[in-house]
Amino acid sequence: MKKFLTGNEAIARGAYEAGCLLAAAYPGTPSTEILENISQYSEIYSEWSPNEKVALEVASGASIAGSRALAAMKHVGLNVASDPMFTMAYTGVNGGLVVVNADDPGLHSSQNEQDNRLVAPHAKVLMLEPSDGQECLDFVKAAFALSEEFDSPVLFRVTTRVCHSKSIVETGERVEAGVKPYVKDPAKYVMSPGNALKRHPVVEEKLLRAKDYSETCPFNRIEWGNRKIGIITSGISYQHAKEVFGDQASYLKLGMTYPLPEQKIRDFAAQVDTLYIIEENDPYLEQQVRSLGISCIGKERIPICGELNAEIVRRALLGETEPKTYQVSQKPTARPPVLCAGCPHRPLYVALKKLKNIVVTGDIGCYTLGMVPPLSMLDTVICMGAGISSGIGFEKVNRMAGRKEKIFGIMGDSTFFHSGITSLIDAVYSNSNMAIILLDNSTTAMTGHQENPGTGVNLMGQPAPVIDLVNVVKAVGVKPENIRIVDPYDLAETEKAVQEAYASQELFVVVTKQPCALMKDVQKKREGLYCYSEAETCKKCKACLRTGCPAIAMKNGTIHIDKAQCNGCTLCQQVCKFDAIAKVGE
Amino acid sequence: MNKSVMLVGVGGQGTILTSKILAEGLLGAGYDVKMSEIHGMAQRGGSVTTHIKYGEKVNSPIINKGEADVLIAFEKVEALRYLCHLKAGGILIVSDHEIYSQSVLSGTEDYPQEIIESLTQAVERTIVLQAVKLAEQLGNIRTHNIVLLGVLVKALGLEQLDWVQVMKDLIPEKVLEANVKAFKTGLAV
Repeated sequence: MKKFLTGNEAIARGAYEAGCLLAAAYPGTPSTEILENISQYSEIYSEWSPNEKVALEVASGASIAGSRALAAMKHVGLNVASDPMFTMAYTGVNGGLVVVNADDPGLHSSQNEQDNRLVAPHAKVLMLEPSDGQECLDFVKAAFALSEEFDSPVLFRVTTRVCHSKSIVETGERVEAGVKPYVKDPAKYVMSPGNALKRHPVVEEKLLRAKDYSETCPFNRIEWGNRKIGIITSGISYQHAKEVFGDQASYLKLGMTYPLPEQKIRDFAAQVDTLYIIEENDPYLEQQVRSLGISCIGKERIPICGELNAEIVRRALLGETEPKTYQVSQKPTARPPVLCAGCPHRPLYVALKKLKNIVVTGDIGCYTLGMVPPLSMLDTVICMGAGISSGIGFEKVNRMAGRKEKIFGIMGDSTFFHSGITSLIDAVYSNSNMAIILLDNSTTAMTGHQENPGTGVNLMGQPAPVIDLVNVVKAVGVKPENIRIVDPYDLAETEKAVQEAYASQELFVVVTKQPCALMKDVQKKREGLYCYSEAETCKKCKACLRTGCPAIAMKNGTIHIDKAQCNGCTLCQQVCKFDAIAKVGE
Repeated sequence: MNKSVMLVGVGGQGTILTSKILAEGLLGAGYDVKMSEIHGMAQRGGSVTTHIKYGEKVNSPIINKGEADVLIAFEKVEALRYLCHLKAGGILIVSDHEIYSQSVLSGTEDYPQEIIESLTQAVERTIVLQAVKLAEQLGNIRTHNIVLLGVLVKALGLEQLDWVQVMKDLIPEKVLEANVKAFKTGLAV
C-alpha cells in the first residue's frame, strides 16, 4: 500500500513490519516521532526511557533475550548511550538490534552539529544510511536481518531532512520474527576483561565479513550516467547530488556506509574522470576514499559546517553564482522562539533577574529560552544534566578565587530524570552550596509533550507509577529545611524562595510546580482566563514588557495584552506597581 | 518539469495543515511529491516553513534560493524573510497580516513599514489579500489558512482536483463546512 510518510514514520513502519517486539527512546529532535509512531502498534512494547543510555540498555536486554529490538535517539543522545553501544559491539546480539541515530546538520534544534557516521568505525558496528522514506522502511527491515546475520548492533543513521521529509512509501505486512530461545552464554554476554579480550578478535572478524558483504550488497549501488563526473555520496546528500547533476554524472550511492566497499569504490573511481565526494558535515567518506590512495574533490569545495542543499553543491562544484530572485529594502525582524505566553518558567526568571551577582548554569529544555532578551538570564548551556553539575565546578572555583557570585543551576523535570539525579547526588556529596531550581511542568515540553517518569502515564498511554521529584531530592540528602516547593504563578512566593536560596550557605533546592501552559487539559482549564491593561491607570513603565511575555505589546503608546494568547497567569499583573492590569475569569 | 511551493508563516498559523492538504491533493493527482518542514521550536512563536515539490520525480526535498515557483506567506515579515527563495517570474502570495515578534513587542525593533508596497513593486506577480479579515467575515477566523489555500490552488492552476474530498479526509467534520466556504472564497480572490 502506498503511503505519504516522513522518514520517522517509515522507520516506525519498518520496525513494525520486521517483527520488532520492543522499542525504547528518549525524545529528541529530530528523532522523537519514531517512538511516537511505534507506540501506535500494539504488537510492540514501547517506552520513553529516562535517557538514551537506559533506552539502549533496555533494547540490548530485549535483544539478548531473543527479540528484535530498536532504540532511537538524536545525535547527542548517542553520546549518552555510547557506553552500552560500544560493548554491545562485543557481545553481539540474539534478536536483531537496531540503533537509530538522528543527526541534525544545520542545528535546527540541537546544541552541536556532530557527525555520528564517525561513531560506526569507532564502535565497530555496521551502519546503514537511508536517503528517503522508502529507504527508511526498507533499510530498517534489512538492518534487523543484518544485525542477526553479523551478530552486531546496526547503527541506523538518519538526518533531520530524512526524518522530517515526507515522500511516497510502499508499505508491506508485518512478519512475526518471534522470540528466539535464550541460551546462557557468559563468554559472549558477560564482558569481563578476560571474556572481552576473547571477543575483540570476533568483532574484527565480523567487520571483515561485513566488508565483503558491503561489496555486493544491494544498498551500495552504482548508477551509470556520464562518466566524466563520478560522485560518491550517501543519505540526503545523494538527493541533492542527483538534483544538481541528474544523468550528467555517474553515482556510487552508498546505503551501507560502514564497513565501506573498498573494491567497489576503487572500481568506480577508475571508471570516471573526476571524482566528487558529496557529503554533509564531516569528510567521513572522503577520508576513507583518500586512504585508498584515490584522489577526489570534497571538502575543499563543499563546506563542513551547516546543512547541505542542492544550491550549495551547485555553487561549490559548478561555480554557479547566486540564483536570480527578488530583493526589497526592508529587513525582516528576527523571530527567535520565546517562552510562550503563560509559560510557568517565566516567573522564575523574573524572580532571578532581581538578584545581583549571580551565575546561572542552564540546561536543555524550553527553559533554555531564558537566555532570550529581555530575560537574558543564562550563563551556560552545555548538555543534559550540566545545569547542576557545571554549577558545582563553577562554585568550587569561585570559592578558590574569592568571588562571591551565587550559582543557580536550572533544570526541568524530564531533564532531571534524564541525567540530573546523579548531578544532584554530586551536589550533596561534594558539599556544594549552589542553589538548584527544578522547573517541574509535568511533561517533556520542548519536544512536544512526551510522558516521563513524573507524569503518571507511559508512552503506550497506560497509567504508570509517578516518581515524585521532591521525594528524590529528599532521598539523596538535601536537607528538608533547604527545600522549597512553590507555585511559579505566585510571584511573591517564588521570589521569597529564590531569595532564601540566594542567602543560604548550604545546598538549596527550589521546585516550581505548574504544568506546561500548552498542554491540552491546561488550556481547557484556563480557557476564558485573561488579563487586560487599563489605559487610564497605566504609567507606561514597561515592567510588564520586561517579563518578555509574547502576549504583551506596546501599541501606539498603550499596553495591549493579546486575549488570544494570554492564559491569565497574572505575572504581568503581579509585576505592575500601579494596579493597571486586571484579570478576567477565575 | 517539477514545481516548488514554499509555505511560510509563524507557529500556530496553520501552515502545516495547509501543506498537508496541498500535498495530499497532489498525491491523489498522481504526482511524485516531497514535503519537508522545519518546525523545531515553532510552537514557541518561531517562523515555520514547509517546502513542497512535485512533478514526475522529485529528488531533494529542499527548495533553494531562487527556486520557488510560488511563495505563499501567511504573515508579511515572513514574506520578507523568504523572498530570496522566489524564482524570477514566480508568484508571491501574501496575507496582509502582522504578527509581532518579541523584539517588536518590547520595542527594541520596529515592525517594517510598507512591506506590501515594496513587495508589489519588486515582484511582478504578487497577490495580496486580507485572508484573516476574509475568514473573520465568513465567521471563522481560524479558516484564514484555507482561504490562502484557495488562492494557492488557483495560482498553481490545480482547481480541477477534488480539494473538498481531500479536506474531508483531513479536517474535523464540525469545521469542514466553514473550511470549504473559506476555500471557495480563496479560489474567487
